[in-house]
Amino acid sequence: MKTILTQQQVALTVKRLAQQVFENHMQLDNTVLIGLQPRGIYVSDRIVDEMKGLIANDKINYGKLDITFYRDDVRMQIHKANKTDINFSIEGKNVVLIDDVLWTGRTIRAAMDALLDFGRPSKVELCVLIDRRFSREYPIQPDYVGRSIDTFANQKVLVNFEEGVQLMG
Amino acid sequence: MKLSTKHLLGIKNLTKEDIEIILSTASNFKDVLQRPVKKVPSLRDVTIVNLFYENSTRTRMSFELAEKRLSADTLNFAASSSSAAKGETLLDTVNNILSMKVDMVVMRHSASGAPHFLAKHIPAAIVNAGDGINEHPTQALLDAFSMQEKFGSLQGLKVAIIGDIMHSRVALSNIYLLQKMGAEIVVAGPPTLIPKYISEALNVRVEYNIKNALQWCDVANVLRIQLERQNQPLFSSLREYNLAYGVSQKLLDSLGKQITIMHPGPINRGVELDSDVADGNNSIILNQVENGVAVRMAVLYLLSNNGN
Repeated sequence: MKTILTQQQVALTVKRLAQQVFENHMQLDNTVLIGLQPRGIYVSDRIVDEMKGLIANDKINYGKLDITFYRDDVRMQIHKANKTDINFSIEGKNVVLIDDVLWTGRTIRAAMDALLDFGRPSKVELCVLIDRRFSREYPIQPDYVGRSIDTFANQKVLVNFEEGVQLMG
Repeated sequence: MKLSTKHLLGIKNLTKEDIEIILSTASNFKDVLQRPVKKVPSLRDVTIVNLFYENSTRTRMSFELAEKRLSADTLNFAASSSSAAKGETLLDTVNNILSMKVDMVVMRHSASGAPHFLAKHIPAAIVNAGDGINEHPTQALLDAFSMQEKFGSLQGLKVAIIGDIMHSRVALSNIYLLQKMGAEIVVAGPPTLIPKYISEALNVRVEYNIKNALQWCDVANVLRIQLERQNQPLFSSLREYNLAYGVSQKLLDSLGKQITIMHPGPINRGVELDSDVADGNNSIILNQVENGVAVRMAVLYLLSNNGN
């Protein structure tokens, strides 16, 4: 197992991602942040915490989106569903989707389907802690990246919020 | 995450874990049903036939809506307007339907065990929507979901099942389910409508005085008098049944406590349940119907891939 980001690096990376999102969406007037269940939430919670140091809390619209029922592999295996919690309108908003690891792009494809059931956003961006480059199965690219890495398909990226990010296999 | 069974034939062969998975998935689907777009694409490549050999309003519409909310393709079959009326057998009918590439069968039949028979002979997943006087598993699941929603947990909950226990598939499925989930059960009604050995066979308490049962319980699940299944008179008249075993507001007022009222429908108003009770503040009858769609979505969703 190889460490990609240590605990301290993860903290710095999250801080940078929060600032980059903030830089592109000053005041967050028309911008909402949406973390993807289940594991993207660990990243999005921390990004939102960082943002609270940059702007008044009531300016931040933060929701959680579960994509289980939108997956394209329902007939192969059933995943446990989590709670979706979006208590604001996304109609005409800039949405920043936040996830931990971007790999095949299938989760993000499902997330966009799920998102559109809540309204028609004006723009959707993607923010990820880890981008596994060259392993995409759908044409999806992130707008904000914590760390890009090159991996083999049989390797696993573990994001552990006690210890940092590790590469297995 | 996976159910221990390929079909939902009854609550009898489900594990406690299965029931918990179904109820927690149903609560996710209930959230979906509160959204502007009350639909998810999960089963868009699945075709489901609703095979109803017996009349139904709630169950058939609830299943059909659940299928549509999951984006499945649906076919409806009513025995009265089909070739079953020309004498085609159940197995022939189903095999013909399956040869048109149908993946799942939701079936209601007046013969107990009909879905179990089908499950032995066909490859598709089967959901029992009521078989004779045996089981009605999705009704028990939606009853449990509604009770859990109201009380938080089924553990230790006191449930009285009142009325025509003998002919009720709802009663049997409820008893199996509530026992697996740790609730306490009393069945109440006239002796002619309660199977003689039920307390030995199912380990439930029997009460012939319904006031005692109501006084004891947190929830009263009142069942319909099923005249269509009674081949001989089992009580003297509906009027007399209402006086001795009907749940009236006056009776509830005399208890000095509030109890929650449930009924699987259709209600015989003024027989087993008076109108003011059915429509009163403690009635969760329409919540049961609402929850039915979410629970059936959960069942269909969880069974949709079990063949693979």
